[in-house]
Amino acid sequence: MRRNLILALLIWIAFLLQTTVFQLLPFTTVAPNLLLILTVAFGFMNGKKMGLVIGFFCGLLIDLFYGDLIGFYALIYMLIGYVNGFSCSVFYDDEIKVPMVFIGISDLVYSVLIYILQFLLRGRLDFFYYFYHIMLPEVVYTVFITLLVYRLLYRLNYRFIATDTRGSSANWLRR
Amino acid sequence: MKRRKKYDLKSKHLVAGMSIFCLGLIVLSLSSRFSVAPVREVVSYVVVPFQKGINQVGNWMTSLQSGFADVQELSKENETLQKQVDELTEENSILAQNQEELARLQALYDMDKSYVQYDKVGAEIISKDPGNWYNSFIINKGSDDGIAVDMNVIADGGLVGIVTEVGREWASVRSIIDDSSNVSAMVASTSDICTVVGDLTMMDEGKISFIQLKDDDNKVQAGDKLVTSNVSSKFLEGILIGYIDEVTPDSNNLTHTGYVVPSVDFKHLHEVLVITTLKQQKEAE
Repeated sequence: MRRNLILALLIWIAFLLQTTVFQLLPFTTVAPNLLLILTVAFGFMNGKKMGLVIGFFCGLLIDLFYGDLIGFYALIYMLIGYVNGFSCSVFYDDEIKVPMVFIGISDLVYSVLIYILQFLLRGRLDFFYYFYHIMLPEVVYTVFITLLVYRLLYRLNYRFIATDTRGSSANWLRR
Repeated sequence: MKRRKKYDLKSKHLVAGMSIFCLGLIVLSLSSRFSVAPVREVVSYVVVPFQKGINQVGNWMTSLQSGFADVQELSKENETLQKQVDELTEENSILAQNQEELARLQALYDMDKSYVQYDKVGAEIISKDPGNWYNSFIINKGSDDGIAVDMNVIADGGLVGIVTEVGREWASVRSIIDDSSNVSAMVASTSDICTVVGDLTMMDEGKISFIQLKDDDNKVQAGDKLVTSNVSSKFLEGILIGYIDEVTPDSNNLTHTGYVVPSVDFKHLHEVLVITTLKQQKEAE
């Protein structure tokens, strides 16, 4: 119960930051994707189910407030979290390099997916413009923010979340 | 323990189930019968107040920052502003005369009122689209303040966008620079109709593109004023969009395309005005 509350709180804070503070960050007009960091990091640290659940709720929040189609972002975030969960048992999560790479790749995949599904299908063909002006800055910025927040997420995870999942009470989030 | 085991789904089954659930939601939201407004409303109760709060802290900090501005600078600015005030008062008196004349002539021609006379509600932008692909935002006024879907949003005397969703204390607005936005517009001088299309690739340059301008006499030039057209079903007539920057004829020699510089500074937008008159209402009157 406490773990679920903390997870909900994390998603909620990430969404608030993403829609307010992060949009005002300096350097570029592009904002880093904190919700994706959250999804990938928890999928990476705790496995497929955790990534799936976190991704679903992150995406659903975006859908509810900014999406045209309910379920669109939920689906994409959910799948990204799920796929990243596969790496959970393969890599050690106490080092920052691996999650950075995963978050970078995930953000790129996410951007390309959004481009294909929402822009290419409407006849916006100039992929490289979008690549250099939206995708690449977003990926770089997101990876940079990962550097700052991953430690924090890691500590939170092992302080409050993963400790609970090891116990017998709530093993549905373990693989 | 044993009962819990029963619910221990395999993750691949879970992902398949959830994917189908999401796809179902997408299909449901495509059909207009299904509405998520109640869910949205509930979630907004735990999100919107905090967005408002964060926004207020931000405003407080900027005001704090500006409070420390150099005094000398301020006195200098004051001087120039004073000069400007003098000039403007003079100009204003002339304009007031013109205004009277305009009103007289308008009465004479029984023309439509300009949008200056519509009822407006001031609102503050409290949050923006989390991604980088679209340009929509949420304002801190909703149906409690009489805001409804399809109301026009303006700022600095120019068109900002249109209300797409409304909650009790919030509303989301799609701006005209958003990639999915289309606005029917016309050139103020010649009344030629065109469509202003938001385009992400033009956003950095601070321009919007317009297409399908029918201008047989090639009269439209750079610098002409572009306003919302009379044929639009959602946008009130005559709201300033911007000034034409470039016109090029299309290869079909029938229409023109080009770019327009919006009169609103979308990068530094904090407060907007929502016109509470809907186009449909206005036509019904």
